[in-house]
Amino acid sequence: MIRFDHVSCAYEKGRTVLRDLSFSLEKGEAVGLVGANGAGKSTLMKALLGLMPYEGEITVDGLKVEERNLREIRRKLGFVLQNSDNQMFMPTVAEDMLFGPLNYGMKREEAEKTVDEVLLSLGITELKGRHNHRISGGEKRMAAIATVLAMKPEVLLMDEPSSALDPWNRRMVIRTINALPVTRLIASHDLDLILDTCGRVLLLSGGRLAADGPAEEILTDRALLEKHRLELPLRFGGENPR
Amino acid sequence: MASIERAALEIREMDDLAALDSPIHALHPLAKLLTTMVYLLTVVSFGKYDLSGLFPMVLYPALLFSLSGISVKTCFYKLRMVLPLLLAVGVFNPLLDRAPLVRLGGVALSGGVISFLTFTLKGLFCLSASFLLAATTSLDSLAAALRKLRLPKMPVTLLLLSFRYVSVMMEELAAMTTAYRLRAPGQKGIRWNAWGSFLGQLLLRSMDRAEELYASMRLRGFQGDFPYAEGRPLSGRDLAYFLLVTLGLLAFRIWNVSRLLGGLLL
Repeated sequence: MIRFDHVSCAYEKGRTVLRDLSFSLEKGEAVGLVGANGAGKSTLMKALLGLMPYEGEITVDGLKVEERNLREIRRKLGFVLQNSDNQMFMPTVAEDMLFGPLNYGMKREEAEKTVDEVLLSLGITELKGRHNHRISGGEKRMAAIATVLAMKPEVLLMDEPSSALDPWNRRMVIRTINALPVTRLIASHDLDLILDTCGRVLLLSGGRLAADGPAEEILTDRALLEKHRLELPLRFGGENPR
Repeated sequence: MASIERAALEIREMDDLAALDSPIHALHPLAKLLTTMVYLLTVVSFGKYDLSGLFPMVLYPALLFSLSGISVKTCFYKLRMVLPLLLAVGVFNPLLDRAPLVRLGGVALSGGVISFLTFTLKGLFCLSASFLLAATTSLDSLAAALRKLRLPKMPVTLLLLSFRYVSVMMEELAAMTTAYRLRAPGQKGIRWNAWGSFLGQLLLRSMDRAEELYASMRLRGFQGDFPYAEGRPLSGRDLAYFLLVTLGLLAFRIWNVSRLLGGLLL
């Protein structure tokens, strides 16, 4: 579904963020992207979405990530940003959810039906007519996910989906992610969330792929995690500062 | 709530007003946009001494206020920063043009006073009509209507993004001001020597956010068109509204209704 072939990215000369990355994601897989701050997780997502130039080759469903394919590729990829405030720009939740489908040519009646279905599946129908600047952080995060799901993406990309969420909303997000029948790539520092949602983990360090394997295996390897400035998930005895 | 946060909220409140339900809100954005343009052109076309001819033009905003459910008070409150400028436009006219023009009872009014009142009323009518358009139509719908009028993508997209950027900048400004105040107890406002770095940071932060917001729009298929905001096609009711109001405005422009009514009564 997604293939990175010797991909490198640099913001400016001498500041390389991704270095010679190669991996692939199969259809339906749920993959966690972990790494310390500055490891290149967000850059990898941006490159995949065609938001920044790269060297090497990235393909989505056989389409190379380049200008002429971007519309088709972005239709397949749904990206949930870390900051929901930047994702929700329309006045109401419903209008925000309609934005993507209508831009991609879906008929209004069909788009409105999809919006209702998505809201129902996420259990947030009460948010439909609410104004974006009047909903809580947790509600906004769920609504942001809904705006992306309304586009019926084949791949869901999420950047820190649990940031700024209380435990109840975090649990809701985990349930939502697990219930989605699509390919998922989730970047997060919340290693417990990665364990709950992903079967496979890519560990980035200094822009390189330091490890790629089953989540249970990588996220229980204390030596590997500490070598790359990470810690065991809390459930496996991750460091408690107290 | 800090004044900056209140200002940011006020901008967002225009969306709340545009989401109300009324016969005016239900009209097609294109019909409202064209009618407003006709109204503005008609208002500015009155001569500087034609106060009596201009006066009946108050009927259009008055009708819209009553049908839309938006109060005059809300309009004047939102426009409070601009209203003083209206007075400033013609404030020197009474001093420069002192020749008596009309007599009202026993009082002679100079051409300067009449033109001052005419300019002020023109400004007030134009601002009210523009406010009512913005308060009864979402900005995205307006942008879609502008594109329907074949305006190029670039200026329309810029208009839309400017509105979004102002909100983003106000939010960043509110957050930064709060952070500053918490670490500068007892200070009134921001010290002059901190303004340079403060404004630089504000610009960088709000640009980062605006860039991410625009990326989010592009990732969901935005290419400068507004299919999501177009809604239903123009109906007979929209055309009837446009034609009736336009004919009414033209009639007010051609015939001085105030004088005609005055002639009937006296």
